[in-house]
Amino acid sequence: MGRGFQTPLRRARGSGSAHEGTSHFLAQRVTAVFSILLAAFVMVLAVLLAGSDYETARAVAGNPFVAAGLLAAAATFVYHMMIGMQVIIEDYVHGALARPLLLAANVLFCGLVFILSALAIAKIAFGA
Amino acid sequence: MASTDLRDRRPLSPHLQVYRPNLTMMMSILHRITGAALYFALLLGIWWLVALASGPEYFTFVNGIFGSWFGLLILFGATYALFHHMMGGIRHLIWDTGRAFAIPAAEHMAWMSLALAAGLTVLVFVAGWLAA
Ligand code: HEM
Repeated sequence: MGRGFQTPLRRARGSGSAHEGTSHFLAQRVTAVFSILLAAFVMVLAVLLAGSDYETARAVAGNPFVAAGLLAAAATFVYHMMIGMQVIIEDYVHGALARPLLLAANVLFCGLVFILSALAIAKIAFGA
Repeated sequence: MASTDLRDRRPLSPHLQVYRPNLTMMMSILHRITGAALYFALLLGIWWLVALASGPEYFTFVNGIFGSWFGLLILFGATYALFHHMMGGIRHLIWDTGRAFAIPAAEHMAWMSLALAAGLTVLVFVAGWLAA
């Protein structure tokens, strides 16, 4: 519909196996760059909090800047790993049923992981 | 099972099994394996956050598991996977700029990323041990 004047190449453009062209490829790269910084942040935090007691850990992670960093890390990692795992599933799983089921399970799992981490970080930050 | 279906008898191009394993090929596979491992290893970090959000008792319990020899072993593996994947990712980002595709350059980057990943993992554990 409405595509009658397009060349076959124009119609194929932007359609990979996921029918979204390069958007996931680019998102994978952008989240990869942010992941480098955020993973470094998480590693530094892990070193600082190694062996610390509950009060100290809670105070440090509850600092608004630290909590914001943790939330950014959770969002970035989860999005990055979601599109990454989608590529893996698309590469190896071809069953008419298994493929859509696993693709959906990936989104569900990643969504739940993000919600859980966001709630935990919020609770730590707001001190409930 | 012998099938008369043309689809099953079509010739296939040579695949993985006909190639001699080499470094860059192993690194490519390891990037995917570490990525998939991190997918689940992230749960360890979330578990720690949930424990911290839950209160002192549960936090001490989870910290005890993480601090046991088994917990530390898992954390060491997860940390190595993270740094290995991070270095592999940086290699991908360099390739994305159109650089370092020649075999010597690619192999050099592969050895560099292995050394850096191992070094950073040890650094984190030594620093954590000193801080604890
Ligand atoms: C630390 C910085 C990170 C960098 C620089 C990075 C970089 C990358 C890049 C460039 C890719 C695409 C590879 C390709 O196109 O073949 C990728 C794939 C992937 N990443 Fe990461 N990543 C990082 C962290 C993470 C984390 C923390 C996770 C999981 C929580 C993760 C999970 C994945 C997965 C599952 C894939 C798909 C693997 C594949 O298709 O072979 N990455 N990563």
